[in-house]
Amino acid sequence: MSVSSQPSRVKIVGGTLLLPDGQLQAGPLLIADGHISAVGAAAEGAGDATVINAEGCIVSPGLVDLWCNLREPGDGQKGNITSETRAAAHGGFTTVCASPETSPVNDSGAVTHLIRDVSGSRSPIRVLPIGATTKGLEGELLSDMAGLVRAGCVALANGRGGFRDARVLHRAMAYARTFGITLMLHPENQALAADGYAHDGRITTRLGLLGIPEVAETTAVMEMLLLAEETGVRLHLAQISCGRSVQMIAEARQRGVNVTADVAMHQLLLTEEALSGFDSRFHVRPPLRSEADRQGLLEGVRTGVIGAIVSAHQPHDTAAKQAPLAATEPGLSSVESVLSMGLMLVERQELSLSVLLQRLTAGPAAVLGRKAALEAGAIADICVFAPQERWLADSASLVSAGHHVPVVNHALHGVVRLTMVGGRTAWPSGYP
Amino acid sequence: MTALLDMDELLDTLEQGVRNMLEIRGVDNPAIIGIRTGGVWLADLLGKRLGMTEPRGELDISFYRDDFSRIGLNPRVRPSSLPFETEGRDILLIDDVIMSGRTIRAAMNEIFDYGRPASIMLATLIDLGARELPVQPDVTGKALSLKADQRVKLKGPDPLHLELREASQP
Amino acid sequence: MTTPQPSPDSVQLTADGQLRHFLTLDGLSRELLTDILDTADSFIEVGERAIKKVPLLRGRTVVNLFFESSTRTRSTFELAAKRLSADVLNLDISTSATSKGESLSDTLLNLEAMASDMFVVRHAQSGAPHFIAASVTPGVAIINAGDGRHAHPTQAMLDMLTIRQHKGRFEGLKVAIVGDILHSRVARSQICALNTLGVEEVRVIAPGTLLPSDAEHLGCTVEYDMEKGMRDLDVVIMLRLQKERMQGALLPSEQEFYRLYGLDRSKLALAKPDCIVMHPGPINRGVEIESAVADGPRSVILNQVTNGIAVRMAVMSMAMGGQVTERVSRLGEGQP
Repeated sequence: MSVSSQPSRVKIVGGTLLLPDGQLQAGPLLIADGHISAVGAAAEGAGDATVINAEGCIVSPGLVDLWCNLREPGDGQKGNITSETRAAAHGGFTTVCASPETSPVNDSGAVTHLIRDVSGSRSPIRVLPIGATTKGLEGELLSDMAGLVRAGCVALANGRGGFRDARVLHRAMAYARTFGITLMLHPENQALAADGYAHDGRITTRLGLLGIPEVAETTAVMEMLLLAEETGVRLHLAQISCGRSVQMIAEARQRGVNVTADVAMHQLLLTEEALSGFDSRFHVRPPLRSEADRQGLLEGVRTGVIGAIVSAHQPHDTAAKQAPLAATEPGLSSVESVLSMGLMLVERQELSLSVLLQRLTAGPAAVLGRKAALEAGAIADICVFAPQERWLADSASLVSAGHHVPVVNHALHGVVRLTMVGGRTAWPSGYP
Repeated sequence: MTALLDMDELLDTLEQGVRNMLEIRGVDNPAIIGIRTGGVWLADLLGKRLGMTEPRGELDISFYRDDFSRIGLNPRVRPSSLPFETEGRDILLIDDVIMSGRTIRAAMNEIFDYGRPASIMLATLIDLGARELPVQPDVTGKALSLKADQRVKLKGPDPLHLELREASQP
Repeated sequence: MTTPQPSPDSVQLTADGQLRHFLTLDGLSRELLTDILDTADSFIEVGERAIKKVPLLRGRTVVNLFFESSTRTRSTFELAAKRLSADVLNLDISTSATSKGESLSDTLLNLEAMASDMFVVRHAQSGAPHFIAASVTPGVAIINAGDGRHAHPTQAMLDMLTIRQHKGRFEGLKVAIVGDILHSRVARSQICALNTLGVEEVRVIAPGTLLPSDAEHLGCTVEYDMEKGMRDLDVVIMLRLQKERMQGALLPSEQEFYRLYGLDRSKLALAKPDCIVMHPGPINRGVEIESAVADGPRSVILNQVTNGIAVRMAVMSMAMGGQVTERVSRLGEGQP
């Protein structure tokens, strides 16, 4: 951690705490030596602590992101670990998983070590690398999984690269099973997705865009579920986009398959309609789908079939989005807006605040076999935010190198006042 | 908003003026062209009064206006129709009101694109002066001078009448 | 739910509802489409004069920006621009800049320097003209000459003009579009125009592999069986079938397509006796249409070429007009 010399005891007062059982309750929080030492009534009356006033704020465990592109190693055009982890801290995240879609790809222990070393010296938050399942993410040859696990990868993924065929996928699962590591897979049947870049539906039909049908995802989900069931691998389905996928995952869990799932926040807020003006910001992968899918995903988040909401942060330089839609690169620069987008869902009464925060904290932590809870003895990874305060995502406020944010020209609710990692301030720098 | 001007009287003056001009010029079979919209109504009436049998032409000068770069294209443009050859003909061009002279310039440009006429004569019902181009009618029903905020417009076709209104009125 | 988006029509219309670009028919009112047809009628008359030229765009520069080559479409735009007295520059970008790796944005920056007033854009990617309209300096009009599978609005409007000339109306008409709907920008624009202009029914007739998902959402009924689909038709529009559709498992063979969806005399006999036959061209004789039908008395295919120039003159002068009035109000010189 780069920030040093913090007081040893900090008391956060006046805020509303998100308790481990999901209850929101007013009370103080006491932090000592980088750990939470007392919560609520037990924290009253502690004497010589530095007091932080959190009136009107929610005090939550720090947010955990299962999929974030930090763009390092890379050519630096789209950001680097320094810029993107600071952006994540601005968004209230205390832990982010670094996607293996870097250049070079994180398919060896050496790259994992590089990411960890750079993060260790330049990131204000925790960075957990995710390794590639196949060499170069090409979907053909298995990566050096043992080396990746030894170097500290928390999961293995294949991003948008997919697998050449079901046999490679099957073998990757069987091999990953050997090390007990989680496979975090993006379900997409590449033959069905083909050259598509938008949800195959009303908007692609009207605008003549090349569609990715829902079956490109659902057939892949089904294939992955059956193969995971057979191999016994720990499977996490990343960034699902179809209501039907939620149903299939729920059924698989009922019959005992060890599977979890996440969804990108923008999938909960936006639909295919966002592309009706050819706005390249909303070229994302998987594509924004129908309103029925959005409803299905929200239901999955509410019931817990989808345990985590991710940013799927993909910062881009201007040129990447400055072209006709099909020629642009997919992805939104979202890590700073995720919490505010979630609060829009709360405002619309589509999610409760408690469920939203759990899916951004304890839910993703559990996928990694970790905890994120405000309880005595826990590491002090904390996010304090003012849900009613407003901010505008623009070049003045954004920290990320990518400025293609999901919501522009519209004041967002939810300003992160303090992000604390292990008791040290990660955002804003130098606070208090 | 006024009927100060007697339409029959104006038309009589115009007809007589046209007859005199044709006689002086020695033209016995002019092709009549009215400028849309008022000029076409007048062309119909004059044609009848002069006993013309040939159908009259009508011009929509929208494509020839010199103020495209200020006001764009008139969305109500309709096809011009000249049901005769203009090449070598004597043309009697008719409009309701002449002021700046820009409409007549546009109309003459358009006529030439159909073929080079032998001559063009211009008759207008009202002449408001305030010319911006060196274009003068050969025959006029009446010369009027309006105050800055007054406008005159021919309404029709049945009955044909002149409307004088203050520009500030809607 | 979505965040507020500029809809395509707000990009192409001025604040007072005039055209400033011509990108798509989607979102344009029946009044505006009728204005385009009426204006085109006036330009048809111009085309019959000794001098087929009007001074509307005198001194203005129109750049034909064709990222996908099409001599036929480019020629009609060129002729239309010249008949409006504009200076015309033809840039066949498909063979120059982009193949050297220059991005579209960079190409546009270079073209801006030429002080053009209008870009006529043909591009293989859907939405490219929207992208260009959003990037160019204000005052430059963009005309879509066909983008990907999205839209070909001038082609659709000339087809509407042809229908109006032959039928005199749109109300009560039953119109079918036959063939490769999925890949067709022409079909998308035609369906949009026909619905806006108020025909009774738009029917698309195609095999399942050549239909987009949710085709009904476009505002048409779907018929797989052409013999059923031909009944009661006033107008049948045949689409060109690209040879490459035989690859990629969309169709087994041209022969089978012709047998099922080719317009021959016996299928045409199922339509109304005065049903007209249209085709945006170029025609594949014996693939989508029988020669005897293409050249027959019900075919209005040649008519469509004449109308193409008039319609393009209409939208070019209307969009340029929208741009200049907008510029005048921007400069605050509204007073006389």
